[in-house]
Amino acid sequence: MASFIQLLISGLATGAIYALIAVGFTLLWQTSQTINFAQGEFVMLPAFFVLAAMNWGAPFWLAALIGVAASVVVLGILFKLIVVDPMLRYGVLPLVITTIALSLLLKESVKNFYSSQAQPFPTLVPDADIRVFGAAVSLQSLVVLAVAITTVVALHLWLNKTRTGRSMQATAQNPILARILGLPVQRMVLYTFVINAILVAIASILISPIYLAKFTNGETLGMAAFIAAIIGGFNQVRGAILGGFILGVLDNLSAAYLSSQYRDAFPLLILIAVILWRPQGLLGRVDERTV
Amino acid sequence: MTRLGAAVLAIAGLAAITTPFFLKPFGIYLLSMWAVLTIAAIGLNLTLGYAGQVSLAQGAFVGIGAYTEALLTQTGVPFPLAFIAAGLLCFIIGWTLGYPALRVQHHYLAFVTLAFTTLVFLVLRNEQWLTNGIYGINGIMRPALLGWSTGKALNFYFFSLGTLVVLSLAVWWMLRSPWGRAFVALRENPIRAASLGLDTRRYTLMAFAIGSSLAGLSGALYAPLVQFIEPASFALNMSFNLLLMVIVGGSGYFFGPFVGALVAVLLPEWMRVAEGYYLIVYAGLVMVMMALCPSGILGLAERVAKAASPNGRAAPAFGAERTAP
Repeated sequence: MASFIQLLISGLATGAIYALIAVGFTLLWQTSQTINFAQGEFVMLPAFFVLAAMNWGAPFWLAALIGVAASVVVLGILFKLIVVDPMLRYGVLPLVITTIALSLLLKESVKNFYSSQAQPFPTLVPDADIRVFGAAVSLQSLVVLAVAITTVVALHLWLNKTRTGRSMQATAQNPILARILGLPVQRMVLYTFVINAILVAIASILISPIYLAKFTNGETLGMAAFIAAIIGGFNQVRGAILGGFILGVLDNLSAAYLSSQYRDAFPLLILIAVILWRPQGLLGRVDERTV
Repeated sequence: MTRLGAAVLAIAGLAAITTPFFLKPFGIYLLSMWAVLTIAAIGLNLTLGYAGQVSLAQGAFVGIGAYTEALLTQTGVPFPLAFIAAGLLCFIIGWTLGYPALRVQHHYLAFVTLAFTTLVFLVLRNEQWLTNGIYGINGIMRPALLGWSTGKALNFYFFSLGTLVVLSLAVWWMLRSPWGRAFVALRENPIRAASLGLDTRRYTLMAFAIGSSLAGLSGALYAPLVQFIEPASFALNMSFNLLLMVIVGGSGYFFGPFVGALVAVLLPEWMRVAEGYYLIVYAGLVMVMMALCPSGILGLAERVAKAASPNGRAAPAFGAERTAP
C-alpha cells in the first residue's frame, strides 16, 4: 500500500507536468490549427536557457525568469511570426512538416551548440522525503504537483474570468464570428502562443531536475503531450488536464506492476484504444465536418 | 507526358544505368540505397501525396520488411518468397492499423502511426528470442537469383534498380487504371470524390495498405543491402527521413520520391564538411522550402517550366497531371 501511494503521487506529479504541456498543445490547435510536433522540444529548450543564464552568473531564480522570458520571445512570438504565420495559408499539412523539421533543428542545435551530455539541473526544493500515510513521498513531487496545479488553476481563472481570456476562448471556438464581433483575433492568437511558451517553460523547469536537461528529452515529452491531449479530448483544455494526469499515473503504475520493458508501450496502447472507441477523447465534443 | 518530360526521363534512366560504372563501391552502395529507399518513398507518396494522410510509420514498415526477409532467409526460405512475404505482411499490418485510425479525422493518423513506430521499435528491441534485441541481425546474405549472384555491389545495384523499375511501373499502371484514378480524385478533392459516390475511406485505407506493403518490399531489399539490421535503424528517424524525402521531392508527383530520395541520400555525403551541423542545415532547408514552395522540388520545377513556356500554360510534366491546390 505504501509503495502504491508513492507511485500514485509521483505519477500525479509527472501527470501534472504532462498536463501543462498538453494544455499548451491543445490551445495552439484550437486557436490556429497548429499541430505542434515540436512541442516536446519546446519543453526541452527552456531548461537550456536557464542553464545558459546560470553560466553567465545569474542566481537560479533570476535564471528561471530569464528562461521563461527567452522562451516567450523565441518559442512564443518568434515561433508564431517566423514559422507559423507564413505557413498557415497552405493548410495543416505543410505546417506539420515544418514543425517536425523544427523539432529536429532545435534538438540538433542544442546537441551541437550546448552539449550532447545530460546536464544536472538545480532543484526547486532540497531533496527530502516526507511521510504521507506511512509512505515516503519526495518533497520534490509534492512541489511539482503544487506548482503545476497552481499554474493550471491560474490559467483556468484567467481564461474564464477575464475579458481577454474570454475573447481568447471565443477566438478558439469560432474565429470568424469573433472577428465579426470586433475581437482582435490575431492578437488573441498571439496570446495563446505566449501562454504556450510560458507553460512549456514552467514544465521544463519542473521536469529537468528529474530527467536532467538533455537534448533528447523532447521525444518522450512531446509524445506524452499528444497522447494526453488525445485521451482527454483534442478540443478541450479540461480534457488535456485530465489526459495528462491519467497518463502520468498509468505510466508509473504499469511500469511498476506490469512490465518495465514495455513501459513506453502502455500509453500507446491507451492511445489506440481511445482512438478506436472514443475518438473525440474522454471530455471532447465531436467536431462537425465542414466543407 | 510531354516531349520535355520524356527527354528528362530518358536522360535520368541513362544516368541510372551508366553512373555506377564510374563509381567506387561506396558510391554504388549509396546508389543502391537510393533505389531501395525510393521504393519505400513511392509507397509513402501514395499515402501522403494521393490520399493526403501523414504517416510516420513508413520506417517501421521498412523495419518489419527487413526483419521478415532476414529471419526467413536465415531459416532457408528462398529470397523471392521472403520478399513477397515481407510485402504481404506489411499490407496486412497496414490494413489492420489504418482501419481504426482512418475512422477519424486525418491528423490522428500521424499520431497513431507515430505510436506504431515506437511500438514496433520496442518489440524489435525487447523480443530477443526472435529479433536478437539490440544486437541486431548480422551477416545477412545477398540472394542469388537463377544462378546470378547479387553479392557484388554492382550486381546488387542493378538488382535493386530492376526491382524499383518493376514496382514503379506497377504503381504507374495502378494509378492509370480506373481503380487507381480514385486515388487521384482523393488527392484533388476528397469531398467532391465522396459526393460522387467514391468510398473515400476504403480508398484511403487501400492507399495506406499498399503504401505500407511497398515499404515492406523496400525493407526486404534493405536487409541484404546493408547486411546488418538493428532496431534503432527503424526508429522514428527513418520515418521522418522518408516523409521528408516525399515532401522534398514533391508529394503527389509520381517522380517526387525519386528526386527526394536522391537528395536525402546524397546530401549528407556532399555536406560532410558541415559534419555535426548537417542535420541543422537540413532541417533549416526543409523549413525554408516549406515556406517558399510546399510542393517540393518538382513543384518548383513545374512552376519554372510554367513561367518559361510561351503560352503560359503548365506542361503536365513529371507524370502528374496536377492542378494547383
